[in-house]
Amino acid sequence: MSEIDLTPIKTAIESYIPLGRTGLLPALHAAQKVYGWLPQEVAAEVARTLRVPLADVHGVIEFYSMFYNKPVGRRIIRVCTDPACALQDGDDLLKKLCKQYDVEPHQTQPEFDLTIEASPCLGLCDQVPAVLTMDGDRSTIDLDVNEAFRPLSPVNGTLRILTANCGGETTSLENYGGYAALQKAKSMQPEDVINEIKASGLVGRGGAAFPTGIKWEGAAKAQADQKYVICNADESEPGTFKDRILLLDDPHRTIEGMCITAYAIGATKGYLYIRGEYPYIVPVLENALNEARAAGYLNENFDIEIRVGAGAYICGEETALFESIEGKRGFPRVKPPFPTTNGLFDKPTVINNVETLCNVPLIIKDGSAEYRKIGTEKSPGPKLFCLSGDVVKPGLYEIPFGVTLRELLTMAGGVVGNKPIKAILFGGAAGAFATSEHLDVKMTFEDLRAAGLPLGSGVVMVFDETRDIRDVLKRLGKFFAHESCGKCYPCQMGTQRQMEILDRVADGKSLPDDLIRLQDIGWTMTDASLCGLGQTAASAVLSAMKVFPEIFESGK
Amino acid sequence: MTITFLLDGKEVTSEDNQTLLDVARENGIDIPTICFHEATTANALCRICVVEVEGQRVLQPSCIVKAANSMKVQTHSEKVVRARKTILEMLSSTMDLSEAPEIQAMMKEYGADVNRFPDAERRESAVIDDNPMYIRDYSKCLLCWRCVQVCAEDAQYTFAINFDGRGFNTQIGTFFDRSIPETSCVLCGQCAAVCPTGALKPKREYLLEQGMTPQEISVLNTGRKKRK
Repeated sequence: MSEIDLTPIKTAIESYIPLGRTGLLPALHAAQKVYGWLPQEVAAEVARTLRVPLADVHGVIEFYSMFYNKPVGRRIIRVCTDPACALQDGDDLLKKLCKQYDVEPHQTQPEFDLTIEASPCLGLCDQVPAVLTMDGDRSTIDLDVNEAFRPLSPVNGTLRILTANCGGETTSLENYGGYAALQKAKSMQPEDVINEIKASGLVGRGGAAFPTGIKWEGAAKAQADQKYVICNADESEPGTFKDRILLLDDPHRTIEGMCITAYAIGATKGYLYIRGEYPYIVPVLENALNEARAAGYLNENFDIEIRVGAGAYICGEETALFESIEGKRGFPRVKPPFPTTNGLFDKPTVINNVETLCNVPLIIKDGSAEYRKIGTEKSPGPKLFCLSGDVVKPGLYEIPFGVTLRELLTMAGGVVGNKPIKAILFGGAAGAFATSEHLDVKMTFEDLRAAGLPLGSGVVMVFDETRDIRDVLKRLGKFFAHESCGKCYPCQMGTQRQMEILDRVADGKSLPDDLIRLQDIGWTMTDASLCGLGQTAASAVLSAMKVFPEIFESGK
Repeated sequence: MTITFLLDGKEVTSEDNQTLLDVARENGIDIPTICFHEATTANALCRICVVEVEGQRVLQPSCIVKAANSMKVQTHSEKVVRARKTILEMLSSTMDLSEAPEIQAMMKEYGADVNRFPDAERRESAVIDDNPMYIRDYSKCLLCWRCVQVCAEDAQYTFAINFDGRGFNTQIGTFFDRSIPETSCVLCGQCAAVCPTGALKPKREYLLEQGMTPQEISVLNTGRKKRK
């Protein structure tokens, strides 16, 4: 092997030296942009420069699926094979591309021009089958990076509040109209800002539905020399793409939300952690942050740094995300202690989802009483739903809480070809199945909970009667096995065993007692896993057992 | 501070900084552990020590959860036993537990079926014999993390080993699979000392098992020729 010239990497990672270990992911990204992959000599140079042990650097490279320690093509085409894309022949597209370029999936052309990969959900479930092509600094959602396509933003529904500026191009600061809500917040006492958020009844939109005001209050009360605000934009739940549209079309709403949060809790530093599969949003965010700096909204009292993930669903789990920012493998931490007291760098931290933060300027500007006029008593506010699968108009839907599932599906033009519905996956891979019996359920936290359906991150994925739920489960099983971090035993082995059995079920080769095996694995993961990933990795499978018990019968 | 709580229906007293595992052991209740070791930071990752605490949505790892006043704890509830048994069955379908007598005993106690998961992919790899101190047989590794921890901040601050892969395909590894002598390893042997399954084993012990005589091993260790 020829000697690798380390000069370009030295320049590329110089700026990360002051960051130390926390600069590890940015430095590896920068190095990979130079060399296309991370050769041993380069990884060692990064380790030396940032003063991180060699073995730890290797461990980090190994953890994130978008870091490569073997040569890959300059151009990497990722084809999504998760459920929504599978309905529109994502597998077929993958096969065709591989045939066209004469490579196997995950193999690289001999000249290192191209690698084609099957990918977990790319957050493009509204434009399927989804593809993401990356070539150094350039990326597109098409096959050819020379023409940089940004994804469309199909926005529908009966409300245009959170999505007021979404649906077309990126909204500049000028068109956004300045941070009026932040100015108003700053005229209030921080505790009054928190009280307003508490009074609004806002709960987290990332999936866990934790009351936002209570989270803020916890961090505000914690005594520390440094506090952090983090925007969790590691949107990776299969079927979810709302944060992609919010950030791409209206980045200032999220940034203003972060600024208000920072003021309320007394944070001086913010991070916006965006998944590696959204590279085309990063320049949009950088530009928006610069606009906010030029306008003085971001300054020495509070500024925001963008961090880009590298292919790990688990980093959407808040403590795994902290570890990732700290330059480590994305292993979730044991809770308690909770982030509000011991978060990023062990400091009090508020971490909120993009959509949650987008609600904040609205609440502050109009007041919680006005905000509560939207939605229902127990689920106030506007809500975004991501519709995908067999609906006429997949896309982002903004509605007030309380609209029924039937009404929502009608907005989306109903099922393609007017076919009857077999199932609707709610809440994503970590969700549960609804059927046509649930069409009159109101889309609120309380009604869905009563119906045994998780609202999760707002995924509504429709499968018509011709679809095979076993194939859906097989893909979900593969997803979780691929994304388990491997820390705790129930999830590390449970996701693997679950995948193996779901493969058998999908192939019609299930063994006697596979149903009981799946139940024991499923409940063990649910009850005993360390974090939310493992605790929900069997949720769709356990739900399918209730709704479609027949598909698990052996030999069928 | 002394506190009182219900452990398996019996009122017990303990200090509030004691873990549930600790209190259970003091009271003669056996909670199994795998990753837990007195000398390493508890990570609560094997989940075999989980217990049911009233009011908690999920099972709680007793190795780190502290006892608290008025807590109601079940150490062998139905949920707990199902989780322990299933974890043990998944372990036995994944790795070679032939040199882990404690885990074999647990399997017996919980009625775990070694053949519960047919056609299951196992983690198998060849024995790595690349240094004079210890061998690495990752087919026997159950990822308790203790070796990584003692190599790092829990003891030696050597940072020679970390993780390869993730999820089920995780394995303990070195920087780009370098051999141990090419790493920062100082051959302190602490990793082998805390390994519960024989995945890390002193070289001498390994060679004796392979049928070599102490004489032959001693020649091997001195390098080329016999001492006069």
